[in-house]
Amino acid sequence: MNRLLYRKLKDRLAFFLILVLALCPTLPLFHILLGVVKQGISSISLEFFIHLPKPPGEEGGGVGNAIVGTLMLALSASLLAVPIGILCGVYLSEYAKGRFGEAVRIAADVLQGTPSIVFGIIAYLWVVKPMGHFSAFSGSVALAIMMLPVIVRSTEEILRMIPETLREASLALGVNYWRTVLKVIIPTGLVGITTGILLSLARIMGETAPLLFTAFGNPFWNFNPMQPVEALPLVVFKYAISPYEEWIRQAWGASLVLTGLVLVLNLSARLLARRMGGHGR
Amino acid sequence: MRAQDADRLFYYLCGGLALGLILLVIGIGLTLLWGSLPSIKAFGFKFLWGKVWDPVNEEFGALPFIVGTLITSFLALIITFPFAISSGIFLAEYAPPRIAGPLSALIELLAGIPSVIYGLWALFYLVPVVRWFEMRLGAPPFGLGLPTASLVLAIMILPYAASITREVLKMVPQELKEAAYGLGATRWEVIRGVCLPYASSGIVAGLVLSLGRALGETMAVTMVIGNRSEMPTSFWDLANTMASVIANEFTEASKDIHLAALIEVGLLLFVITLLVNILARMVIIRLKVK
Repeated sequence: MNRLLYRKLKDRLAFFLILVLALCPTLPLFHILLGVVKQGISSISLEFFIHLPKPPGEEGGGVGNAIVGTLMLALSASLLAVPIGILCGVYLSEYAKGRFGEAVRIAADVLQGTPSIVFGIIAYLWVVKPMGHFSAFSGSVALAIMMLPVIVRSTEEILRMIPETLREASLALGVNYWRTVLKVIIPTGLVGITTGILLSLARIMGETAPLLFTAFGNPFWNFNPMQPVEALPLVVFKYAISPYEEWIRQAWGASLVLTGLVLVLNLSARLLARRMGGHGR
Repeated sequence: MRAQDADRLFYYLCGGLALGLILLVIGIGLTLLWGSLPSIKAFGFKFLWGKVWDPVNEEFGALPFIVGTLITSFLALIITFPFAISSGIFLAEYAPPRIAGPLSALIELLAGIPSVIYGLWALFYLVPVVRWFEMRLGAPPFGLGLPTASLVLAIMILPYAASITREVLKMVPQELKEAAYGLGATRWEVIRGVCLPYASSGIVAGLVLSLGRALGETMAVTMVIGNRSEMPTSFWDLANTMASVIANEFTEASKDIHLAALIEVGLLLFVITLLVNILARMVIIRLKVK
């Protein structure tokens, strides 16, 4: 009887310990979210979104150029990574058998695990050095390489779940394989592929390290992809380590905008994935 | 005939791009190697254990950064370990599905917060806390340095490690657990005796993957580690990691040999994370075989 009591007590004790240890780490995580909202909300105004930054010491100014820059970088990185990523995913799910396919998967995993700062160095050596100056384009090359593995693996996974009968039905109607892929298989998996793209965008939008010596930053408006461009994460970094109070206040504001962007992307990916429900997954 | 040609063309297009992915990885490795050649030629293997990093006198040894990276990453892993395991167990075994679903989704969302924002938060909330502790303990009250960087890293990799632990624990077959319950085991005894042993290699793989993340994490660490390129002599020291020294000095490197040395640090980082990921992959493959 005593032994049973001891075991029950131990069970209780373990539960409470696990509960406490499991809930502890949510505190700093929520504190970060709360801090960003609390500190950032005071900076948010129309001016903050559409104006250029002011020199240090002056009140006001905004991060309009950084918002434009971040969108520009994300768009051009997507243009580079999305078509390539999807076709690689198609290859892995439709054609790849044996060792070569396995090698491609390992390559994607390696890219996934490589620190983002390494892609900054690579884009510097491949694009910035030959061109002779920093540019938005070099930044989007670095970001595109980071998007690739996410898109490749999610496309492969989604297409693998499409029933074989669908392919056979299309082929039986005399449609070529490549048309079957483009008109039947990819449209069927489109929601899942879009989810992957959104997740990869969420991954790169907040990246700072690969932009430090590629997109570099630029205190003025710039719409030319061959020139340096500002980005929200770069602004947060630059302002956060600056000694000016006004800049630090704006760093929190820019963080709020950036966190909002990333969370919206993540949430919409999640909602899409849930809506897919019956389709495929 | 034409139709077959189109099919073949499409096949080659996809296959070519897939081959491109492999070549991209090889290209990254070779480019880093090529970029760091001047430094490799000048310092050889001494680069790995040289303790002096002096851009002015053109003497470069990466040991302070290797040590900084290893200390912060492993410390972060040790700090995060009990919390991550508990979160994983709680979400997989204790929490009812109505709570577990949204809670793990929330944790994964928090994992998506950009690293520069973790850095900003650490700079303004974590640094004062660490400084307060340092003053109590009689250490130099920098607030920045190795302990702060390890803490912020621990917070950053926690959601990742927790969600992998949860996924692995969910893979434990229900029959196995029910058999143990049928023998009269308590919940804790089932977790301790059935779930954890069954999932152990998966949990280890998850921790190794988290370690890989911590090793390459740049921005948050750069903002709170203090950026001192000397060998750390105490736990409270300011330091630098491999990633943070690249982030700090790359744009300021005016001499070619300085740039090459930084690229070699990048090469080291690439190789180390590659090895860590291969290790995790091997553990996962063994798991699948079982």
